[in-house]
Amino acid sequence: MIPEIGNFALMVATAVALLLGTLPIVGAARGNVRWMAMARPAARLLFVLVIIAAGCLIASLVGNDFSDMYVAEVSSRALPLPYKLAAFWGGHEGSMLLWLLILSFWMFAVSVFSRHLPREMVARILGVMGLVALGFLLFIILTSDPFERMAQLVADGQDLNPLLQDPGMVAHPPMLYMGYVGFSVAFAFAIAALLGGNLDATWARWSRPWTTVAWTFLTVGICLGSAWAYYTLGWGGWWFWDPVENASFMPWLAGTALMHSLAVTEKRGGFKVWTVLLAIFAFSLSLLGTFLVRSGVLTSVHAFASDPRRGVFILLFLAVVIGGSLALFAWRAPRVGLGERFELISRETMLLVNNVLFLAAAACVLLGTLYPLILDSLGLEKLSVGPPYFDTVFVPLMVPALFLMGIGPLARWRQTSLPQIGARLKWAAGASVITAIAVPLLEGRFSFMVALGVLLAAWIFASSMTNLWSRISPRDGGQVGAKLLALPRGYLGMLCAHCGVAAFIVGITLVKGYEVEKDVRMAVGDTVALGPYTARFNGTSEGSGPNYLYLRGDFDVLRGDKVVATMHPEKHKFPSKGEPMTDAAISPGLLGDLYISLGEPVAGSAWVVRVYYKPFIDWIWGGCLIMAAGGALALSDRRYRQARRQTEFDPYGTTVGA
Amino acid sequence: MSVLRRALPRSIPAVLALALAALLACAALLPAARAAEAPEVGDNPAAERHMMQLAEELRCLQCQNQTLADSAAPLAVDLRQEIRELIAQGKNDDQIKAYLAARYGDFVFYRPPVKAKTLVLWYGPGVLLVLGLLALFLALRRRNARIEAEAAAVGGGLSAADAQRAQTLLAQDAAEGHLS
Amino acid sequence: MKKSIVFLLPMVVFVGLAWVLYRGLYLDPREVPTPLIGKPAPDFHVESLETPGRQVDRKDLLGKVWLLNTWASWCVACRQEHPVLVEFAKTGLIPIVGLDYKDSRVEGMRWLAQFGNPYQTSAFDESGRIGIDYGIYAVPESFLIDKQGIIRYKQIGPFTPELLEQTLVPLIQRLNAQS
Repeated sequence: MIPEIGNFALMVATAVALLLGTLPIVGAARGNVRWMAMARPAARLLFVLVIIAAGCLIASLVGNDFSDMYVAEVSSRALPLPYKLAAFWGGHEGSMLLWLLILSFWMFAVSVFSRHLPREMVARILGVMGLVALGFLLFIILTSDPFERMAQLVADGQDLNPLLQDPGMVAHPPMLYMGYVGFSVAFAFAIAALLGGNLDATWARWSRPWTTVAWTFLTVGICLGSAWAYYTLGWGGWWFWDPVENASFMPWLAGTALMHSLAVTEKRGGFKVWTVLLAIFAFSLSLLGTFLVRSGVLTSVHAFASDPRRGVFILLFLAVVIGGSLALFAWRAPRVGLGERFELISRETMLLVNNVLFLAAAACVLLGTLYPLILDSLGLEKLSVGPPYFDTVFVPLMVPALFLMGIGPLARWRQTSLPQIGARLKWAAGASVITAIAVPLLEGRFSFMVALGVLLAAWIFASSMTNLWSRISPRDGGQVGAKLLALPRGYLGMLCAHCGVAAFIVGITLVKGYEVEKDVRMAVGDTVALGPYTARFNGTSEGSGPNYLYLRGDFDVLRGDKVVATMHPEKHKFPSKGEPMTDAAISPGLLGDLYISLGEPVAGSAWVVRVYYKPFIDWIWGGCLIMAAGGALALSDRRYRQARRQTEFDPYGTTVGA
Repeated sequence: MSVLRRALPRSIPAVLALALAALLACAALLPAARAAEAPEVGDNPAAERHMMQLAEELRCLQCQNQTLADSAAPLAVDLRQEIRELIAQGKNDDQIKAYLAARYGDFVFYRPPVKAKTLVLWYGPGVLLVLGLLALFLALRRRNARIEAEAAAVGGGLSAADAQRAQTLLAQDAAEGHLS
Repeated sequence: MKKSIVFLLPMVVFVGLAWVLYRGLYLDPREVPTPLIGKPAPDFHVESLETPGRQVDRKDLLGKVWLLNTWASWCVACRQEHPVLVEFAKTGLIPIVGLDYKDSRVEGMRWLAQFGNPYQTSAFDESGRIGIDYGIYAVPESFLIDKQGIIRYKQIGPFTPELLEQTLVPLIQRLNAQS
């Protein structure tokens, strides 16, 4: 019964999406007030319907309704409750419903937070999002229905993939989708502006918070995915440039460029066309990612089961959405006017250089990901492109952007002087160089790559602090604390995010430069040195978990002669899957992680054990979270809280703000 | 003395950066010396590491996108052993890679060889960057010229008094330094 | 006019991309073509599966067109292919030599007894050595080798009757016609 209700809700939602996608947009073109007014209620109704459908799936999962094919695939009786809920997005069909749920949530949010927008804009924005929702609804109903019934009943389900039975699974996909799908709002704003022809600085101002929030979620989502891979996979890696990872990274790169470009457009009314194109790119890359992951076109450990039929559908959808928006762009964009003037050396220019760098980086990732497919489709050759390529090409592209991160915030709008900036930053520069040389030497081994990484991180941090200090220094009167609190949050958010990047780079540089990895044969009582620590093997024990059997290793971690931690790497044997899963033990620390994973047993009670010491690795994810915090901080800026009360257009945002 | 006092507030960020360096340094990455060290797997740890280095850039053909170093698949185990033997025979990296390419093709390398078919791959992004910066530069120059032209065509210019006021305001703007 | 062309660029790039993606839907990203086509079949000299002590040598097969078929008792897809091969062997068109890849002798013999033996003989590659030389990564894989010992065709995955008829047999006939 419940799955049928869910199915029905989806069908009604399809009808609503069809209405939403057509009438308001036509109404906006014709000035039909009644049709435009349909947008908000239709969007909210759509949200309610999708919630009902989602609720039905959750009820089926929690209620162990294995007559539902999807539930039988991804769940089982013994599965703990949190993972039964997470199983919602454990397979392809459910994850598509999650996409739809989050899309309709964003539509609902737009319908609520858009009082200050002109009627036509709201109608167009919600209409465009409605069309996207329509595409997903059709896809779900026609090819990926989570409410399909089993032909033959089974007593128990096939259980969720053991790799996914982890807290990371509960959080990572929803966060990621909030980001991916969130870019649909910026996209809808862009299309609405192209349709309406009212592409001005106010459009940029309205778009910005939506873009920032989507970016923030995407940052958290990618961060969680990476941390989860590290904690779960058992080989100490956290980024493999795998096609699915790249599929989430590309929209992030485009989204970052978009955020910076929106700043220029908002301040100067310039480069509107470029910003609109970036908004289209960001969402297009999200959709492309969805395609790549599910179509079987690329090999990946993360890919869902592939089906060319689904692939064709998504490709058609891509063609309509992306092709359509780019066609609209080609048609409408040439007529858009220029904004205000700014000089060649100015903050605007630096932000635009950031754009070029980020887009070149995104192009690098796209090229690397798709190149094997490109060559194969041309019948030329079968090639692999992996981490060695990306490390060689991507990193050098990002280095200038990181360097610019120190200078940009100090540059003035419209026109700035490089010598002046140089004078202000000379201390920061000096400190950075000293740090860059000191750290590798103090570790005992000089490495150019480590020096470069530390240089960039220290540079970003020092120049950000210089910038901040110049604003809150008590030298010109006033108290530091009061000045700090008076600073616009958009500005603080920017500094915070940039410092997050610095922390991120510290993590990557020091881990890659100084990590220790050993494969050792350990008998009971043996020890192995790991950086400043020693690990001692004390033997193994066995037991059983809720839906698996485990073998647990017991290790003491010593610093000097004192035991500072105990670690328990495990091997889990799930009845449904053949291979036992390795559950590595990780002892996290601010200055480094210890990582122990059991390999194979050898003669006697000895084991082959893989041990790692990974210095500063948690700074990678800490840095990402700090970046996201910066985004959240920027969102709490006063002017967004005031936005509701503003009914007047304020073209160039001359009120105080970032 | 006053020089120091003036320099100090400005150098606070520098001090902060150096403090950061001290923090990193006392992460004590220097390894502890221990006795009774567990033996590393394999007869020759250095060769083992060499093999893993090579294996990290090679693809496991039986897996869904994993390196030879990380994979537990039977073929991966076999090929790792093969590479160990080749290293023991004294073959260098190029010879080992050629050995594998002769059997499995270039597909087995995660670092695509630089050849005619991969020029776009390796140099494309860099070229795109250069072209992009060039396009930006030209677009900015042309944009400013067009804005000037439009402004001249429109108002024919401001009155002298207005122009003076505008100039003063702009100068103030720059002096205050709109820093956000 | 010229300006509008620039704005069409993203669209053009997308169309190209969409074409590549469409083609990709019908390709298999994990299928690896072999670099061995046109090259001499690697030498091997190992024990035969059925008769330990008797050697199977690639050189014995020079002067004939023959098929080397990799199989194993643990290989599920091989069971699909095996009846097709058994039928094909009955035609006597060319000798088929098996390569029992990373298997146990007992299991291998049992499998042949159960499912039929189309092979003139099976080379016993217990360690997988020969497999590496032939670039084998998935079982079943088959190689068509000509009279001079050059590999002319590689089949990845199980044979179907259609594949045999439409691709392999014509090629065999062509190669047989050569001296």
